[in-house]
Amino acid sequence: MPEATYLDANELVINMGPQHPATHGVLRVKLRLDGERVLGTECIIGYLHRGVEKIAENRTYVQFAPYVDRMDYVAAVTNGMGYCEAVEKLMGVELPPRAQYTRMILAELQRIASHLLWLGTHALDIGAMTPVFYTFREREEILKIFENYCGARLTTHAFRIGGLQYDLYDGFEKDATKFCDYLLPKIDEYEELLSTNRIWMNRTKKVGVLSGKDAIALGVTGPVLRGSGVKWDIRKVQPYEAYDKVEFEIPTGQNGDTYDRYIVRIQEMRQSVRIIRQSVERLAPGPIFGKVGKVIKPPAAEVYHSIEAPKGELGYFVVSDGSTHPYRVRVRPPSFVNLEALDIMSRGHLVADIVAIIGTLDIVLGEVDR
Amino acid sequence: MLQNVLQFLNDHYLILATIKILIVFAVLLGIVAYLVLMERKVLAFMQARLGPMRVGPWGLLQPIADGLKLLLKEDIVPAGADKFIFLLAPVISIIAAFTVFAVIPFGPPDKGFVISDINIGLLFILAVSSLGIYGIILGGWSSNSHYPLLGALRSSAQLVSYEVAAGLAVIGVLLCANSLSMVEIVKNQQAAGIWNVFRQPVAFIIYLIAAVAETNRNPFDLPEAESELTAGFHTEYSGFRFALYFMAEYTAMVLVSAIAVTLFWGGWLRPFASVHWLNFLDYTPVVVFLGAGVVVILGSIKNPVPGEKLFLFAVAGLCFFLAVVVAIPPVNAWIQGVFWFVAKVMVFLYAFIWYRGTFPRYRYDQLMNVGWRVMIPVGLANIIVTAVVIYWWSKPHAAAAATLLFR
Amino acid sequence: MADEPKAPPSGGPSEPPAKSPEAPEGAAPPAKPAGKPPAPAGKPPAPAPKPAVKPEPWSSPLLDELQKRFPEAISDPLIFRKQPSIVVAKESLLGVCEFLKSDRGGSYTLLTDETAVDYPKREKRFDVIYHLYSFQRNDRLRLKVLVGEGEKVPSVVGVWLTADWLEREVFDMFGVQYEGHPNLKRILLPDDWTGHPLRKDYDILRQDDAWVQANLNIKSGQ
Repeated sequence: MPEATYLDANELVINMGPQHPATHGVLRVKLRLDGERVLGTECIIGYLHRGVEKIAENRTYVQFAPYVDRMDYVAAVTNGMGYCEAVEKLMGVELPPRAQYTRMILAELQRIASHLLWLGTHALDIGAMTPVFYTFREREEILKIFENYCGARLTTHAFRIGGLQYDLYDGFEKDATKFCDYLLPKIDEYEELLSTNRIWMNRTKKVGVLSGKDAIALGVTGPVLRGSGVKWDIRKVQPYEAYDKVEFEIPTGQNGDTYDRYIVRIQEMRQSVRIIRQSVERLAPGPIFGKVGKVIKPPAAEVYHSIEAPKGELGYFVVSDGSTHPYRVRVRPPSFVNLEALDIMSRGHLVADIVAIIGTLDIVLGEVDR
Repeated sequence: MLQNVLQFLNDHYLILATIKILIVFAVLLGIVAYLVLMERKVLAFMQARLGPMRVGPWGLLQPIADGLKLLLKEDIVPAGADKFIFLLAPVISIIAAFTVFAVIPFGPPDKGFVISDINIGLLFILAVSSLGIYGIILGGWSSNSHYPLLGALRSSAQLVSYEVAAGLAVIGVLLCANSLSMVEIVKNQQAAGIWNVFRQPVAFIIYLIAAVAETNRNPFDLPEAESELTAGFHTEYSGFRFALYFMAEYTAMVLVSAIAVTLFWGGWLRPFASVHWLNFLDYTPVVVFLGAGVVVILGSIKNPVPGEKLFLFAVAGLCFFLAVVVAIPPVNAWIQGVFWFVAKVMVFLYAFIWYRGTFPRYRYDQLMNVGWRVMIPVGLANIIVTAVVIYWWSKPHAAAAATLLFR
Repeated sequence: MADEPKAPPSGGPSEPPAKSPEAPEGAAPPAKPAGKPPAPAGKPPAPAPKPAVKPEPWSSPLLDELQKRFPEAISDPLIFRKQPSIVVAKESLLGVCEFLKSDRGGSYTLLTDETAVDYPKREKRFDVIYHLYSFQRNDRLRLKVLVGEGEKVPSVVGVWLTADWLEREVFDMFGVQYEGHPNLKRILLPDDWTGHPLRKDYDILRQDDAWVQANLNIKSGQ
């Protein structure tokens, strides 16, 4: 055996993934370890790359809409919403209020569903196996509402360019309100299990600290950015749909650690409930489609539109050449950019923290790889 | 005739011991198998689901199916593994876990409920149960793979530090009982009329935490932290060798519970053993079996599958039969010790499962901090305080003063 | 590739004329028919009656400041749907970025996105596009850099750390080379992949056929 091997022996290289229970999909992280301490990480991604952006160039605007649901597959509604809005912005279409509020309700339900899934898996990664079953129980209720609305549970394709395909079903308002009443005590229950749990606090406080400045430099968005104390939410600063007409707050953290991000997401669920309640109240009968022709043919121009997806800023950059097919669709995936912060956040931590940090970034590999 | 047989067994105690060992071994295997089912069921109920429901009514035959499956699976040895050690390691683990039961008194020794009452019982336990670590370390190391290696490193560090804490906790009990024999420790509690958990509460808490850590159970399950190290030290094991590790873990759970019961909860003693007007508690076994029978009968009535109905009916019949049997006074007296012992062990086992359903996992360095910076100093302090109190107590004037104060 | 557009929709002429506000507006449509006049944006029936369907010239104090500081570098200031965009010369990209990130330049501290668009018919075929966001002004700005085949773009990783992966992705998908990038290699595709899929002339079918012929000894994969 060559001598060099002995000399290098104190540095252990471990492949975490692509098959690993805590990488939330097919993420592969190459860890360089000194004992259990992490010296550096390298993310190897692309195992789920399907060439979504290339597919877009060979589909019409309408045909491409279902594809975006397959990126962040735990938040398909917001994905579809971002795409539809980007094309609508390109065409200059205004939506009627009923369509706007319907979109907001479904998007906020989706945000709750995404956060619930995150909470369960994050807790599971840190070793608390019970919350995941509770959160999936609640998520199921949301999926039932989706199913009643559009027939699909996961990749919903709920919206169409210019409005909604379906009007709300009878009793939707009741279902949504009932779910809100049902969810709030459950969130308190999760908090009881975790928020003041000593082990949970030990595991999440001061882990994966990201200062506000670093967060901006790394381009992270969404709850990760807000956990670092930057009060920035696209729903507030550049409102789309009717977010400027409802009241809600932007929860932020102070320390930028994993615990703060946890609290931020928990609070966001409560705020989403607020938005849903207000939106349900304002649902009035009316048209659900804006003024769009039968053929979607936007003018030759380009437009960037971003929304606050559950995981961060989800942007669509659509370039049109005036035909029925987009010339180029660029997706700005929040997970991809947030994952970039993993290396800096995990330096000097232990292996167990890597799992916590991957969890707290809330990535979905379908969106990272596209 | 019976006299002769007993005389023969007395003369050839090895035969008697062998019979006892076989019985204990068989019962333990059954308990371990059904402990897994119990864990799955209890966790399921805590987590808003049902647990195993397919194999037999309420999944009652699941452990048998699991065992069969693991027996029939291929036993894979990874290329590059140190084959001899790889094959040996799980055997070490399980042998160490089972051997310790030799000195555990399941009931009063005069009724034959202990395999071997040796006068260094506690030392024997500490020595042999530590050997179980070798199974984990060697298994992790010989797999020639990263995750098992990390798991093995973690477990060696963890077990060594928590062994110390557990040992320190046990010394407090020793000082009280003035003996290393497990039987004597229980008898001492009987004589004192008080369980050690009330005389040594600090030691009990330390032992409890250390016991959870030593069995690699949540929140100290770092050696096999499935979300970090996929499966820890037994990542590369499959088939029945994996089953051996699995059994070793659950046997160790039963073991530390049994030790905790013996040292701190009065072993085979009934609660309030010296309070005579509570003697009706002796009939608790009857009530338990009757209750179980009623529950099973109700389940049998509700069950739509004819085969399962019959099976449950038979189980209920067995329960009622046992209830009648243990109601017979001589049997009742004979069964007392072991019933209470098992009941107390069950409480501990339930607590183990409860922890698993509740807590997140500690991190490696935090675990070490808790072990070395909290538990060991507290354990040492506990020994010193206990020793001082006992020394002071043993002096005549102090005894007199104590008599005045407490008697 | 029947759907492949015949001409670049925007981004102005091949060589950006120095700076005339009207130039991009007027120049863009004439540049298109070079290949096939009656192609896409000629007169689509549906969106034709709408008034503001074309990008308009953009003017703002920030733009003036930029043009003062980098007189040769800034061109084509356009605004569409309230989204301003400018074309920056490759040579002064780093300077412009540093300035835009600084407090005086509007403190565009967040690089939201970096991507590229391929116009194979153009002399400089790639638009490398930067989307900036300023927390202070709550404002977005789009920068474009025109790059030809084989040319190198200065990497902005030094300005915005987040550009690391984004530039790797652009390299992966378009083959745009970056100068000064710390770790320029493929990110989504395997290291031994040939070609850059998001180029308009990337022919997946031919590549498939080649692979099938080489590995399976049959004629066609489709």
